[in-house]
Amino acid sequence: MIERTPILNMVTYFIMIVGLLLILGPFWMIFTASTQSLAQVNAVPFTLLPGADFLHNLQAAWHRANLGPAMLNSLIMALLVMVGKIVLASISAFAIVYFKSPLRHVFFWLVFMTLMLPLEVRVVPTYNIAADVFEPVRWLIQTLTGIELSLQWNLLNSYSGLVLPVIATATGTFLYRQFYMTLPDELTEAAKMDGARPLRFFIDILLPLSRTNMLALATIMFVYAWNQYLWPKLMTTEADYQTAMVAMTTLVPNINSLPEWNVSMAGALIIMLPPLIIVAVLQRWFVRGLVSTEK
Amino acid sequence: MNKRAVFKSRWLPILFALPQLLLIFFFFYWPATSVLTWAFSLEPAFGGAGDRLFVGWDNFREVFADREYWQSVTLSLVFAFTATALSMFIAFVLAICVDRQLKGSGLFRFFYIWPYAIAAPAVGLAFRFIFAPESGLIAIVNTWSPDLWNPAKFGSHAMILVIICFAWKWIGYNFIFMTAGLQSIPRSLIEASSMDGSGPVRRAIDLQIPLLAPTLFFLLVLNLTESFVGPDTYGIVDLTTEGGPNGATNVMVYRIVSEAFQGLNYSGAASQSLILIGLIMVFTFIQFRFVERRVHYK
Repeated sequence: MIERTPILNMVTYFIMIVGLLLILGPFWMIFTASTQSLAQVNAVPFTLLPGADFLHNLQAAWHRANLGPAMLNSLIMALLVMVGKIVLASISAFAIVYFKSPLRHVFFWLVFMTLMLPLEVRVVPTYNIAADVFEPVRWLIQTLTGIELSLQWNLLNSYSGLVLPVIATATGTFLYRQFYMTLPDELTEAAKMDGARPLRFFIDILLPLSRTNMLALATIMFVYAWNQYLWPKLMTTEADYQTAMVAMTTLVPNINSLPEWNVSMAGALIIMLPPLIIVAVLQRWFVRGLVSTEK
Repeated sequence: MNKRAVFKSRWLPILFALPQLLLIFFFFYWPATSVLTWAFSLEPAFGGAGDRLFVGWDNFREVFADREYWQSVTLSLVFAFTATALSMFIAFVLAICVDRQLKGSGLFRFFYIWPYAIAAPAVGLAFRFIFAPESGLIAIVNTWSPDLWNPAKFGSHAMILVIICFAWKWIGYNFIFMTAGLQSIPRSLIEASSMDGSGPVRRAIDLQIPLLAPTLFFLLVLNLTESFVGPDTYGIVDLTTEGGPNGATNVMVYRIVSEAFQGLNYSGAASQSLILIGLIMVFTFIQFRFVERRVHYK
């Protein structure tokens, strides 16, 4: 705006700087704590200057929480969830938008209703079904035909167990549906006139056009999956499949010993870095993904 | 949601819808029906075989008669409303400031989004250190007078701690939506009003805030829902206070999960879950009822 408001500008800058301290303060605390020695980190008052033990603390956290395999597990889980959600969202929305069947409304509502069933409220039965996926199938076959099957599939302690229960996506489906709705009908008509079948139209026209959507969705879903906590915590009892977020809990200081906050904070720093990099570097895409899924 | 040009195929839409249908059937609706049946029945004694015993509303009566349950409801209400108000207020002030587009405000915006990237448990761990009674940033107050601040000992302090965690994390999210909402206000409107002689403050009060109202309302409902039943609340409480001290931060969502897995009280947890699901439905209904009617942002 073309107006001179020097005092108001000063006030604005002041507020923004206070806000910046509020936001970056905790990050700075985590960083400085992770560079200090055990004595420094427990000193009162806390020194806000970095110490010299950064690498040492990182190493300690890395070994103590077994972060190598845990970070790898988190990465595998996050990538699988990310790709899976994009694939599911794009094909589900395609089925909803580009075909005329009364059932598509039912399907849409079924997907939508999952938003009202967060994991926290159905955690025990979800755990049970992950331990025995075919339970409903067996039940169905038994009530229909009376035959008892011994079909079993246990998802606990496996990558499919980490991924499958969190991969269904209402938000992604909305985003893709929204996107398909903005595409002009003429595009479809032209493709049909050229003899394109639905599958070809989907692969050669819709998917390339949705690249920006895909990227936006990918960023938010990566962050979402990396930051999953309750589900991985419940379903991984073996260290082989532990994710970084769960491994971090082993770094929580023990009440009976001297609290090694420097190591805890070093671990927290390592674990929060991947999603932070995504949000910082791909901020434009991240913001876009977030804002457009919630419309 | 109608396209003029559609395809005709019998098997392709079914094939494309099937994966998601199977996933939501197995991991959402089947567990949800279990919650429903568990809430109205009891496990046969001694984990024995046989059918579950249908008990009608008994489980609910038991939950409602439990004083600890009502305590956790109160705690949830306090937590949800305070955290939402705090987070939205800070984000709103920052968004209004950044939207003035002074020199360098892009840099501020860049950082304000960061908290959203941090997982709730990590936020919990970090703030647990920052607000620890014997080390960290706030510990200094205890040298003035012992136990001036001790979230491990006083329930109210613990509640303040989890509220701060949640509010801080959600500043990023709220800020993103508020700046997006402010940006979608047509510049011509703002120019016209400044032509009429309004200053930045007057424009913020009379123009930007009313036009941002739908976004604010949307965020209000979303923040409340998330703080009541969201995974962030669970993650934060689990890493900071674990529901304590003495149940002072045992909010509804944390209580359900710990009751089901540690207390092994499936029926009680199921009926509490059902109450929460009902609450989410009410929130979602409000969301649709009011927001859909007056969406401004494009």
